[in-house]
Amino acid sequence: MADDWQNGGFGLYVHWPFCEAKCPYCDFNSHVSRQIDQSAWVDAYLLELERYAAQTPGRVLNTIFFGGGTPSLMSPDTVDAVIQAARGHWHAANDMEITLEANPGSVEAGRFAGYRDAGVNRISMGIQALNDEDLKRLGRIHTVAEAQKAFDVARNCFDRVSFDLIYARQHQTLLDWQAELKQALSMAIDHLSLYQLTIEQGTAFGDRYAVGKLRGLPVDDTAADMYMATQEICEDAGLPAYEISNHAKPGSESQHNQVYWRYGDYVGIGPGAHGRLTINESKFATESFLNPNNWLTQVSENTGESVRTQLQTQDQANEYLMMGLRLTQGIDMERFQALSSAPIPHDRLDYLVDIGMVEQDGSTLKATKNGRAVLNAVIRELLVD
Amino acid sequence: MLWHRNFVELIELILESRAHLTKPRIQIIRLTMTDLAHIRNFSIVAHIDHGKSTLADRLIQETGTVKDRDMKEQLLDSMDIERERGITIKANTVRIDYTADNGEAYVLNLIDTPGHVDFAYEVSRSMRAVEGSLLVVDSSQGVEAQTLANVYHALDADHEIVPVLNKIDLPASDCDRVAEQIEDVIGIDASEAIQVSAKTGQGIHETLESIVTHLPAPQGTLDAPLKAMLVDSWYDAYLGVIVLVRIIDGTLKKGMRVKFMSNNTLHHVDRVGVFRPEMEMIDSLGPGEIGFLTASIKQVRDTRVGDTITNDRNGTEVALDGFKPAQPVVFCGLFPVDSSEFEDLREAIDKLALNDASFSFEMETSAALGFGFRCGFLGLLHLEVIRDRIEREYDIELITTAPSVIYHVFMKGKDGEPGEKIDLHNPADMPDMSKVDHIQEPRIKATILVPDEYLGDVLKLCQDRRGIQENLTYAGTRAMVVYDLPLNEVVFDFYDRLKSVTKGYASFDYQMTGYREDNLVKMSVLVNDEPVDALSMMVHRDRAEMRGRAMCEKLKDLIPRHMFKIPIQAAIGGKVIARETLSALRKDVTAKCYGGDATRKKKLLEKQKAGKKKMRQFGKVDIPQEAFISALKMDS
Repeated sequence: MADDWQNGGFGLYVHWPFCEAKCPYCDFNSHVSRQIDQSAWVDAYLLELERYAAQTPGRVLNTIFFGGGTPSLMSPDTVDAVIQAARGHWHAANDMEITLEANPGSVEAGRFAGYRDAGVNRISMGIQALNDEDLKRLGRIHTVAEAQKAFDVARNCFDRVSFDLIYARQHQTLLDWQAELKQALSMAIDHLSLYQLTIEQGTAFGDRYAVGKLRGLPVDDTAADMYMATQEICEDAGLPAYEISNHAKPGSESQHNQVYWRYGDYVGIGPGAHGRLTINESKFATESFLNPNNWLTQVSENTGESVRTQLQTQDQANEYLMMGLRLTQGIDMERFQALSSAPIPHDRLDYLVDIGMVEQDGSTLKATKNGRAVLNAVIRELLVD
Repeated sequence: MLWHRNFVELIELILESRAHLTKPRIQIIRLTMTDLAHIRNFSIVAHIDHGKSTLADRLIQETGTVKDRDMKEQLLDSMDIERERGITIKANTVRIDYTADNGEAYVLNLIDTPGHVDFAYEVSRSMRAVEGSLLVVDSSQGVEAQTLANVYHALDADHEIVPVLNKIDLPASDCDRVAEQIEDVIGIDASEAIQVSAKTGQGIHETLESIVTHLPAPQGTLDAPLKAMLVDSWYDAYLGVIVLVRIIDGTLKKGMRVKFMSNNTLHHVDRVGVFRPEMEMIDSLGPGEIGFLTASIKQVRDTRVGDTITNDRNGTEVALDGFKPAQPVVFCGLFPVDSSEFEDLREAIDKLALNDASFSFEMETSAALGFGFRCGFLGLLHLEVIRDRIEREYDIELITTAPSVIYHVFMKGKDGEPGEKIDLHNPADMPDMSKVDHIQEPRIKATILVPDEYLGDVLKLCQDRRGIQENLTYAGTRAMVVYDLPLNEVVFDFYDRLKSVTKGYASFDYQMTGYREDNLVKMSVLVNDEPVDALSMMVHRDRAEMRGRAMCEKLKDLIPRHMFKIPIQAAIGGKVIARETLSALRKDVTAKCYGGDATRKKKLLEKQKAGKKKMRQFGKVDIPQEAFISALKMDS
């Protein structure tokens, strides 16, 4: 499967692990630190880039994504250094998408021009809610007014600005969400990420939930109604879902995230970053050291990579299935079969088609709208043992 | 080295783990035969938790039978399950040397018996091997249902009984009241009851003296052919079957040939010994003594409890009255969760049956659950003990189907002739109702003792379970109520319900009384329109709708939502009597899944998929294993 990754492209993920405050729902690798030596981070990122580039020579780089944490705490110079180095190591695609995740605060807004000059051409903004009370509950340090201001600054600097909202929040009704979503759509340019609040273990919300102190979460049926309403409202507004939680004007989908969902190759650098790399005809999963200081030390000594696992073709087939069915365009069953060396069993397919969870069109397999709402259950049926 | 049962299990464990093999360390000590006047054989009768095992521990300790450093709590309860649940399951034996205040040396043989109703049979046969009993009653609690049941076994065996009021160290102890209660309820003299705290050791010496002075010495003739009672037997991996015997007449010697009179089999006795409580070999046992023999016997089945053992030539002519073998009364299916473990389950069941002749089994095939065994037990505790042992000691996860009883199904005859009678062990085998004339079910006499404040709840529970009140009397503030109940209403969760409505203050015992005809039907359960045979059950027609509704509601909670809606129905014949609908799963998706989530998410889904395999598939529906038992639990 030497060139299977080319079906999904090649991207670079850069993880910036710092935040001004830790949000109670967030289970990403983020840390609050008073003093950050940006130059040390630049050095480390560049070392990692050099190491990975040596393993993937001559490739065309389709996308770069700065995620976190809060990458809008990076200085524009740091961002610039990473982008320049990446351009030097690989052949940058002509239309290379470079996204940076930003907090919608006033301080960040001041750096937007700098990011643009460094080469960033897309901003993904974590607005999360359009009312101040809920923002506070979600542990966000910005207000709706600040977010709207930051958004305006961003849209003046960049053609492409997406923002995130979290729904199925505490005490939120279906009507509340429908109204908030319509307001969001009136602001939106071409892309929205709409996530149902998920209570993750090891977060402040997770701890509160475990002891029964996280009250007012919508029941499953309400959450399901909210999900379905989201699909309809966005579609009507011309931003149909292209993935479980992502909506865009056709043509404005996130190219970088599609590298994941189309199961391409990606280099992941920075603390806790994961990667998928095809090297000498084998595909590997990579992980990096989680703790920021430890990662810096490890990089300076040798490598920030903590784990490298070779993926069997069966594992690759399962990962492709799991990621690919999140997309409305679905997966190519011929590609799946080439990886797993066996087709998806007919009885399972027929069963899922029969109960309206998937659709088959030639060699394309897609989850239906109902199927996407219960995609975990659908995937459990299809996973290869 | 621990007590013999522990020893047996320890050896089994060693063999099974294929760890290093060690020969059992057996002490060989020459003991001389004891004359009859200096022997006392006794058992201890008590309700669960009234301190029987602790008292036995103290008697053993006080006489120096076990050195302090080898002492552990509940010495005679050697199975993990016995220690954990604080109950005694198998009869155990210990020989205690005691020098009394009169300066003479006595041999005291204690047979420790199970307290639970399921093992009543074992109690009654052990009682036949001894002449007296200590009746232990918790002086802070009073007489309980099991005290009664067991004391009646002792009276049946013509025992002298010494009442012992235990736990006098507790603030709630009230010896006068409890002594009076013993006289009122049991009808024996309690004026000389010994006041004991097995915990502090107070009264232990007095108890030992009372055993010597109040209990009779055994009778027997030394110069007579051997006549010995086979009290119990169990399998030991090194020694073969170990046979517990009580010598009536004559002498049992190592090296002699003996005859088991029930089947006229001959055996060469290769060991004779006693338990102290570890095994000690001796040369011979005389009249009145209790000990064991081994004779290279391979299976417990070859030794019939209650049999008479005598010399191979010129033996005794008159055999002892034998015992009736114990009959299983509760049946259920045991199936491996992982169907590839069927052979392991067979092996586990074979091994357990080596040591437990009261446990019966035959292979069963269920459309729903695959291959397994239909097993018969003495009662629910026995069922739980066997199931726990299979799961723990053999590491096999089990699906247990609804417990059932044996129904007598009378088929319609031809030309006025009575039809065939079928013993129905499994509701799945119920013949077509149109061919059935009538059905009988087993009934029990249940005795319940309860503080009067809970009496109303107890009466309601018994009424709800189709009980007929036979008697209601009071002893102080405690009520004793006797009910005639169908066993099938009791086998499942009656005892749990009783405990919960009385906050644990009720005690319960029962005995089988016979069969009676009633309006019984087979109720089937259909999930997504497919019958699930393992959930079918026999119910009374009048209770069928209520049970059916409760079952459908329970299943609705127990079965996880699927991607489609699932009808759950209860039916009698073709007629649906209850119905619920489990609505479809509408939301089961992870909001975010990016490059960093792929590995974790894949592991999670694979784990969930593996979890699905632990459920049983009926058509397109996965039913979790616990549903097979939980669905039957009734809330009232």
